[in-house]
Amino acid sequence: MTNLFNYIQRSSPIHRLTGAAKFACLLLWSLAAMTTFDTRILLPMPIVACILFFLSRIRFREVKVLFWFTFVFMVLNNALIYVFAPEHGVELYGARHVIWSGIGRFTLTQEQLFYHLNVILKYLATIPMVILFISTTQPSEFASSLNRIGVSYKIAYSVSLALRYIPDIQREYRDISTAQQARGLEMADKKQSLVKRLKNAAAMLFPLIISSMDRIELIANAMELRGFGKGKKRTWYSARPFQTADYVCVALCAGLLLLSVGMSVLRHSRYFNPFS
Amino acid sequence: MKRPVIEFRDFGFRYAAQAEATLSHIDLTIREGEKVLICGPSGCGKSTLVHCINGLIPGSYEGEITGELTINGQPYQELDVFRLSKTVGTVLQDSDGQFVGLSVGEDIAFALENDRMPLERMYVRVRETAARVGMESFLDHAPHELSGGQKQRVSLAGVMVDDVKILLFDEPLANLDPAAGKSAIELIDEIHRETGDTVVIVEHRLEDVLHRDVDRIVLMAEGRIVADMTPDELLSSSLLKENGIREPLYVTALKYAGVFITPEMRPGRIERLQLTEEDKAQVRAWYQSVPAAVPAAPGEAFLKAEKINFSYSNGKQALYDIDFSIQKGEMMSIVGKNGAGKSTFSKIICGFERPQSGRITLAGRDLSGDSIKERADHIGYVMQNPNQMISKTMIAEEVGLGLALSGKHTPEEISDCVNNTLKICGLYPFRNWPISALSFGQKKRVTVASILAMNPEIVILDEPTAGQDFRHYTDIMEFLSALNEKGITIILITHDMHLMLEYCRRAVVFSEGRRIADDTCEAILTNDAIVQRASLKKTSLSQLAQLCGIPQETEFVRRFIRWDREVRGK
Repeated sequence: MTNLFNYIQRSSPIHRLTGAAKFACLLLWSLAAMTTFDTRILLPMPIVACILFFLSRIRFREVKVLFWFTFVFMVLNNALIYVFAPEHGVELYGARHVIWSGIGRFTLTQEQLFYHLNVILKYLATIPMVILFISTTQPSEFASSLNRIGVSYKIAYSVSLALRYIPDIQREYRDISTAQQARGLEMADKKQSLVKRLKNAAAMLFPLIISSMDRIELIANAMELRGFGKGKKRTWYSARPFQTADYVCVALCAGLLLLSVGMSVLRHSRYFNPFS
Repeated sequence: MKRPVIEFRDFGFRYAAQAEATLSHIDLTIREGEKVLICGPSGCGKSTLVHCINGLIPGSYEGEITGELTINGQPYQELDVFRLSKTVGTVLQDSDGQFVGLSVGEDIAFALENDRMPLERMYVRVRETAARVGMESFLDHAPHELSGGQKQRVSLAGVMVDDVKILLFDEPLANLDPAAGKSAIELIDEIHRETGDTVVIVEHRLEDVLHRDVDRIVLMAEGRIVADMTPDELLSSSLLKENGIREPLYVTALKYAGVFITPEMRPGRIERLQLTEEDKAQVRAWYQSVPAAVPAAPGEAFLKAEKINFSYSNGKQALYDIDFSIQKGEMMSIVGKNGAGKSTFSKIICGFERPQSGRITLAGRDLSGDSIKERADHIGYVMQNPNQMISKTMIAEEVGLGLALSGKHTPEEISDCVNNTLKICGLYPFRNWPISALSFGQKKRVTVASILAMNPEIVILDEPTAGQDFRHYTDIMEFLSALNEKGITIILITHDMHLMLEYCRRAVVFSEGRRIADDTCEAILTNDAIVQRASLKKTSLSQLAQLCGIPQETEFVRRFIRWDREVRGK
């Protein structure tokens, strides 16, 4: 059973970090990757991410659905960049080394390829970290860390509830879809037209939505009956105090962001330019 | 006399979306430390009454209130759901859905978190409360690792942690297997004795609640209180029957035998029932007068499963060497506790899951090559929750969906078939109604109809009567047994012992992925070893037979069932 979005229980140094520390690291790390186009900073990031992934003892096949999903997104993003601005790299780096003159405006230049490489590196630096965070942090710990960085606990809790019900809803969807298949409703039947297939998908989603609404009413009542929402603040059973390892990780990630921003400021450019 | 903690004075409530009042002229006083059972058929207003006590009305459900309600001496106007949660603890019906935390400890701590209790004190308090319900060694367990009964214990701890004075149980038996239900009632009783808290139980399964003493029973019907008396008094009256609540089976049996029941006989619990020698002789005479049941001759297997083994992708084996067979036209049950493999097995029959080894044949033909759809032409599957199956807004459309999708029929053929099916299912007058206007029981019929329209030979129903009161239960089951008489083979997956006894001749019992029995229902329920292994429950009829000196327990049960169905069928 592959779950799209799920906490995976393991015993690893990554799991042992507190949720708040991991969340802070994720934010700092992603900001660092987002702000810079400096290949010298971007290149080691995916490598470090892969090492951390290995340390977490999460297996690739457990998260492959999420990985491929983001991977497709990355390819799409790159394709769009190319379609809309095939010579964006040339503008950025102020040089033009043509590899292939191409068709019309669609040329292939070293600068453009290098630009794409940087975009891909940004993705590869962040994707494993996001997956790592999701699969090593309990939803309730995630909520408490959101709350700790200032997000209202009601919002934080609803995010965690949503994460938590995803496996349940997936299971329910499977049950519903098999029962509907037994009535002849096929989603993946290639012989049908797209409109028909979309209609069939709607027929499967309808019961799912109705039963999810029931579930929401029930959980809302259960929470209210036990005093959820009465105060401006709450405490968290799952909250854990910061350990040395947490401080070290946050400091390292903060350092990385500082480095990334610092380099851009000092060099008056976010780009590392091998062409000049 | 102790002071009143819940007081309704000429109280009424109407939901904003409804034209008529759901509760009217309620006068009810519950005193400190009392244990009260509120019962009544579906739609009688008992859940609404619970919402009034715990503050969800008027907090979460809007409507118009008339009359007075005071809780702990305070009028409802001065209270809100948060303030009430300090005195009234509610354990909801669905112990799965109300599990808020991700572990037992976290769930118990939920109310304390909201009170901003510091962590050190919270840990201590959670541990203490968990110990009171016997869950202290499960603090790190996730909800899916617990049984239904354990989840309910956690829910109970989750409200007790707040040191409440009133415990409110909304249909605590609805999702539990018979043995877990029995221990839930025992636990509630223990806590009541220990703490002296006021306990209010809302439940329509009267006999199961009366496994332990209650002080009073409040009987509701159509938004009013029709009786408020001791169990002994209520069971001596005919009020239960008149209001669609099933009497305990031993009480019904005594009435059939012509025994006149008085409060002095203490009919509230079978353990305390006082019968004179004369009464016992009367029961024996009745037993002799009912003709003996004729055992059915074994026929040829229609659907047959041989040596089925199945493991989930995580490697956990769910079924071991299951052999199973059913004859054409039979109606049988598959019983056992949650997680015993009943549902998994039925999914394998339908082809939703593929077994690792074993063979399924239908009328001698191997089904392993058939797709889900091809199997569905012969075997229909009705899910427990009708909302999970209904995907159209109009009844006729929903029932005709399978036919329309097959693309093999003309619109006229489809509409003929739909109309016929609707007539069989008693839904024809509603054919142009939107499904949202139907009751739960009617929706269930729609889902059965939508399967029947595809003309299967076998229909499998998962818990067809879960959460239904006696009248709806009888409606659904009589409907299914009428279908069965028309020649449709029916397999029921259930943990309702009454259902299995009354409507099936034979049952297969599952326990931990193995088939541990395949016998007549009466024989299964009078076999102590199987009853215990599969978390089933003996019926009170066995005890009555013993009490009256009838050694043939099984035959006594069998004769009672036949007599009862004949009487009720009229």
